[in-house]
Amino acid sequence: MQYALLVYETPEAFARRSHSSDNEQNLGAWRLYHRSLVEAGIYVAGDPLQVPEMGTTVRIKDGKRAIQDGPYAETKEQLAGFIILELPSLDAAIEWAARCPAAAIGAVEVRALAPDVKARTTFR
Amino acid sequence: MTAQPRDVHRAIEAVARHSYGRLVAYLASRTGDVAGAEDALGDALVAALTRWSSDGVPSSPEAWLLTTARNRLIDRNRHHRVRERVHEGVYNAATVELLARGDDDPAQTETFPDDRLKLLFVCAHPAIDPTMHTPLMLQAVLGLDAAAIARAFVVAPTTMSQRLVRAKAKIRETGIAFEVPEADQLAERLDAVLNAVYAAFGSGWDAAPGADSVDVGLTEEAIWLARVLSERLPDEPEARGLLALMLHSHARHAARRGPDGRFIPLSEQNPALWDAASIAKAEHELAIAGAAGRPGRFQLEAAIQSVHAERARSGATDWNAIATLYEGLVRMAPTLGAHVGRAAAVAEVHGATAALRLLDDIGNEAATYQPYWAVRAHLLQRLGSTDEAATAFDRAVELATDPAVRSFLQRSRNARPH
Repeated sequence: MQYALLVYETPEAFARRSHSSDNEQNLGAWRLYHRSLVEAGIYVAGDPLQVPEMGTTVRIKDGKRAIQDGPYAETKEQLAGFIILELPSLDAAIEWAARCPAAAIGAVEVRALAPDVKARTTFR
Repeated sequence: MTAQPRDVHRAIEAVARHSYGRLVAYLASRTGDVAGAEDALGDALVAALTRWSSDGVPSSPEAWLLTTARNRLIDRNRHHRVRERVHEGVYNAATVELLARGDDDPAQTETFPDDRLKLLFVCAHPAIDPTMHTPLMLQAVLGLDAAAIARAFVVAPTTMSQRLVRAKAKIRETGIAFEVPEADQLAERLDAVLNAVYAAFGSGWDAAPGADSVDVGLTEEAIWLARVLSERLPDEPEARGLLALMLHSHARHAARRGPDGRFIPLSEQNPALWDAASIAKAEHELAIAGAAGRPGRFQLEAAIQSVHAERARSGATDWNAIATLYEGLVRMAPTLGAHVGRAAAVAEVHGATAALRLLDDIGNEAATYQPYWAVRAHLLQRLGSTDEAATAFDRAVELATDPAVRSFLQRSRNARPH
């Protein structure tokens, strides 16, 4: 099964991204983590996202586009990136989520991918 | 060879009662799908009604049901086209292979692996809503229907049934592993399983006179689950501790009510009415647990009940020993129940004033905790604070759900202080 680890970070963690000197330790932790995912042969894909303030939320309301500056939900911790892993069980995904550097300072949500929905929604 | 319908019914009932959880656990641990396993087993039980009536009851009804249910699952897969309803009871090729594989064919061996422990860990998985841990266990391991579970937990049957469906969908859709957790996770995960089993038992505790006994009516089911746990995890003393605790409490079942249905507090119970066999079993389990040298919450609670049970032999209650055990319990598992139980024990050793001081320390979280008010009321009454006692009694009555406990408290409230 494939699982998405959705990485949530605090505003402070986002802010640290642009201060490379404070961030070196964090980046090191991520590099180690990524390496262990690749070496375990479970890494499928993943990417960090730009800061939530750069987000744009789009809805159609009464046939018109309602476009909003900012992320979908105004919460303290915001989606900062995602990782897709190939794993045998939710328990294994929780295990890897617990080792993610963001789990110690933010939160990591584990969501299984939905290949059945994909089969019905992708162009072939 | 045909069989009498009555005999067939009896055979089906017996195998369903005894083997339901093992059959569901075996199937579900191979498919990851509890709901699918229950459905297939349900179909197999219906098929058994007709087949056993015409062909006779098979020599191993359990193996017959398992083979039938398994074939049902495999058939259902073959008939499904992958595109439709992918997520409902359709397994990938590896799962079907696992189900169909002959080398561990249970029907050939007469015995098949007992995967109930894995199933219990799935039911009390941290990814499942904690309020659903106990209902899931009752349904998947014991085969209770949603209506019976709903009655025990005082919710509408449709609500309970929807919640069960949702929880089982989460087990299947997210791929929760059917495995016993590794050693580094076992203690924490086992706690959740033990708590869920204890919740099925209700709070049939006797820490204080007039403590509301929330009897969810599933005592025997809970004891059965605890027995499964301690058999499958013989080296985990807390599983035995829980079993011992429940056996001790269950032993007092007949003594807790008078012939007129009146509530009788522990201190006034006639030990001759206690079930000696159940107490002996409890003591046996507790002794084995204690030998492991790893004390825990449930072992301590069982030990407290064991001291109470001693009154059957000695005629007296060793409140010093009980107070000491509560000290340990409060340190290890500082629940409201432990704090209130300690205060009740301290009252017997150091007097009501000291006990009242302990209750005062608990603070606001006890405001809606019925046993707190019952103990407080009795302590105040003992100190002659009649008005304050009356207020506390009223609060305890208000919070009690058991009518017999309510009228006991009302009688105590109106009794003269002694």
